Amino acid sequence: MNDAGYWSIFLNAALINNFVLAYFLGICPFFGVSSKIETAIRMSGAVSFVMLVASACAFGINLVLEAINAPYLRIISYILVISSTVQLVEMLMRKLSPPTFRALGIFLPLITTNCAILGLALFQTNKGYGFTQAIVYALGAGAGFALALVLMAGVREKLDLADVPQLVKGTAAALVVAGILSMGFMGFAGLGR
Amino acid sequence: MALKQVSPTDEFIKGLWRDNPVFIHMLGLCPALAVSNTAINALAMGAATTFVLLMAGLSVSLLRSFIPREARIVSYICIIATFVTCVDYAIMAISIELHRALGAFIALIVVNCLILGRSEAFASKNNPGRAILDGLGMGVGFTGALFFIGVMREVLGSGTLFGVELFPDGFQTWTVMVLPSGGFFAMAIWLLVVNWIRQRQADAEKQAAEQAGETAS
Repeated sequence: MNDAGYWSIFLNAALINNFVLAYFLGICPFFGVSSKIETAIRMSGAVSFVMLVASACAFGINLVLEAINAPYLRIISYILVISSTVQLVEMLMRKLSPPTFRALGIFLPLITTNCAILGLALFQTNKGYGFTQAIVYALGAGAGFALALVLMAGVREKLDLADVPQLVKGTAAALVVAGILSMGFMGFAGLGR
Repeated sequence: MALKQVSPTDEFIKGLWRDNPVFIHMLGLCPALAVSNTAINALAMGAATTFVLLMAGLSVSLLRSFIPREARIVSYICIIATFVTCVDYAIMAISIELHRALGAFIALIVVNCLILGRSEAFASKNNPGRAILDGLGMGVGFTGALFFIGVMREVLGSGTLFGVELFPDGFQTWTVMVLPSGGFFAMAIWLLVVNWIRQRQADAEKQAAEQAGETAS
């Protein structure tokens, strides 16, 4: 059992060990949908929601797996739960908000293969978080993902207008921006314990 | 099939350069950036991914007539997760230090878009032989890319290569290269190099085509 306080778990997941900029989790959507602020916000909303549900499910599954002493089934059961959650979110979104659904397009099903979600489930298991701690961790991770994505989208919107050499345009420029952002986030390292 | 015939060697070669998963298609970036802080980690990660790629490709290709279309993604994920669990336990048995260095990223091979992508786009439509070649080619291409990033980060960031000191004492290491942001920078630099070479190749081909056109007329 881990006895870290909720606030420190939240800060740790959102800023100090930001999932995108420090752990490199969820890089594909990070570069894929970060060209416009609006899509970035929607995407991070979807990811945060899936994270929350997946975190709760992962906690339950882990209890069962430990009870039947089968830790080797962890990866396979986590990924199955995550993909069904994503399907659920996809159906909900199609029903509740068709424009959002269309705007996210291919990236919604791709949340399944977003390492941030599986990473979250695995990290919370490794750290031995309790149920509320796990939920707070998921909230923090979601907030951190949203922060990174929106910051990146803001920079890239401006970058589109700038006069950039043909070779550097696109992903190479985005990578350098991400590197600088990541350096900025290193400044938060003093915050946590 | 009416498609253009592709020779088996080409199936292998394409993953190395023309369709390199990391530098051209930007697939599997998460592990490429996360565990490439030393060359040896990069190689281990590449080898693990190649194994999963190979075995998943083979299994998907063998089972392709049994898997219903509607349930294919879930089936592929199950197949991939099985092999990843094998690799996870194998690495733990071989070297616990390596397992600790790679951390959760071995388990995260499951969600490497490269593997699911190749299963869906290639192995589910081709015979096992070709699926193996494709998996091997993609795996080697992935490993190569990781290795290049890893070498750059290790040499600049810690002044070593495979743990051997390279520079005399006075060398100031670029600590930023072993930190997360260094991963982004190293990737950006290699991407620029690849883009530059591709640009030159395209220009040369265009010039050759123009010259050929002139001599013909």
